Amino acid sequence: MTDATAQAPGASSLPEDLTAERNASRVGRRFGPSGSAVVMVLYLLFLMLPIYWLLNMSLKTNNEILGAFSLWPRNATLQNYVTILTDPSWYMGYVNSLIYVLMNTAISLTVALPAAYAFSRYNFMGDKHLFFWLLTNRMAPPAVFALPFFQLYSSVGLFDTHIAVALAHALFNVPLAVWILEGFMRGVPKEIDETAYIDGYSFGRFFVKIFMPLISSGIGVAAFFCFMFSWVELLLSRTLTSVDAKPIAATMTRTGGAGGIDWGVLAAAGVLTIIPGALVVFFVRNYIAKGFALGRV
Amino acid sequence: MKTDNQKAWFLVLPVLVLVSFSAVIPLMTVVNYSVQDTFGNNVFFWAGLEWFDQMLRSERMWNALGRQLAFSSIILAIEVPLGVFVALNMPKKGVWASVCLVLMSLPLLIPWNVVGTIWQIFGRVDIGLLGYALDAIGIDYNYTQGFYAAWATVIVMDVWHWTSLVALLAYAGLQSIPDAYYQAAKIDQASRWAVFRYIELPKMLGVLMIAILLRFMDSFMIYTEPFVVTGGGPGNATTFLSIDLVKMALGQFDLGPAAAFSLMYFLVIMVISFVFYTVMTSLDKRDAK
Repeated sequence: MTDATAQAPGASSLPEDLTAERNASRVGRRFGPSGSAVVMVLYLLFLMLPIYWLLNMSLKTNNEILGAFSLWPRNATLQNYVTILTDPSWYMGYVNSLIYVLMNTAISLTVALPAAYAFSRYNFMGDKHLFFWLLTNRMAPPAVFALPFFQLYSSVGLFDTHIAVALAHALFNVPLAVWILEGFMRGVPKEIDETAYIDGYSFGRFFVKIFMPLISSGIGVAAFFCFMFSWVELLLSRTLTSVDAKPIAATMTRTGGAGGIDWGVLAAAGVLTIIPGALVVFFVRNYIAKGFALGRV
Repeated sequence: MKTDNQKAWFLVLPVLVLVSFSAVIPLMTVVNYSVQDTFGNNVFFWAGLEWFDQMLRSERMWNALGRQLAFSSIILAIEVPLGVFVALNMPKKGVWASVCLVLMSLPLLIPWNVVGTIWQIFGRVDIGLLGYALDAIGIDYNYTQGFYAAWATVIVMDVWHWTSLVALLAYAGLQSIPDAYYQAAKIDQASRWAVFRYIELPKMLGVLMIAILLRFMDSFMIYTEPFVVTGGGPGNATTFLSIDLVKMALGQFDLGPAAAFSLMYFLVIMVISFVFYTVMTSLDKRDAK
């Protein structure tokens, strides 16, 4: 029995009854059977309450928001959403954001894939230094780069274009993508590469036909993280745009009108920015931790 | 094992070119500004290390740095234990595990200014649930005017926003523990604490280290969320490094001091990144054994 325990790497080799007993006792030893559930419910409540409040506000008229305090909308209205979806100065914000986010994701992945492969497979002169230098860019405060970016992109005539924001976000997304992809690629045995070369595959064909399908989950996760960090960033995207490529996040900062801030529309705009993330998170839920750990879980 | 191949440089060349364009050129602009002075009209003259000297003596920068360090320490002290605690209580598998993962990831995916907006709406005394409730039970809470209220709001907001990251990473670490370990602990009659201390914590350490360093780094660069909620106020109470820097560079156009400030800020980040990198590579080596 002790032997089996010492060498068993997984639970599959353990007797069924012992595993069951172990689970029961572990739960019991904690906070009682429902202790964990209580903790989780409280924590999720803490997370969801502010989001619920935003949703609540978005379904109210401004008069109702400022008039009577209520926990749920008395006369639920979609007027705020209609305002946003019919006014180009609002909905173009979403379009602009999506354009530069998608451009950034495409650029980041295209350059990161070969680089990550090089880092995961080869030693070459200066590889460690290069890797560290990439890391420092992921950690660089955007505030440091705001002004120089503004001047750089103005001087090359790219100010207020989508590509400017996409390139600026590449500063932190490319290193991130390289790190995540490298983490996934090192999990693929090198014998696969060698076998493919023996079979007469060229590098390009091997990479696209064999290697990329093998790390497709890694590519998905890297794409998700590029999408996400580009989507949530405001400082650089606001600094680099004025009208034509203005992101939704920047549009939201100008809801203050003559009659004070239009809280209802602001809340509705906020709710709409949560939706893209909420949609994609479902597909990568099991890989999120791996992505945040830069491929190292 | 890896093989030596200098041709691998061709594979990293695109990354090198792209990141150089986004990083090196702008950084050189900053270096340029940091050693020059101007009276306008784009006429610059050499100022040497004057700006660095001035910034190092400036109380404003030291105060911002102090506030920044206080903020980062407080949120780490709350988020790391809380995140681990939440991870220990998460369902191990099944539908509920997925539900928890998705709901917990949600705050991470909200644009940072919207996070600010959410807490603004949530915390206001007149329209916010939190502000209204605190006001109703007689607590004097106004995050735009009270020093403590502003700090509490910014900290709770960050805990709300990022604790899930620590929890997710710790959870991933826990998932990698084979059942056999618990089995052995059971045979040895180990207490719950001993199981945590000698089995779960060591297994989580790697990912937890990443979580701590990421949280430290990101909280050190925080800009948008406090900017939206408090605007750095009341007074300068929540003016952290990035907020102060943007105020200086884009608000007042004090390019020289702002550039010197940027470089020193970046230097601090570089040092921390180096620690981070060293820890990560040593962890990778340990895993490879």
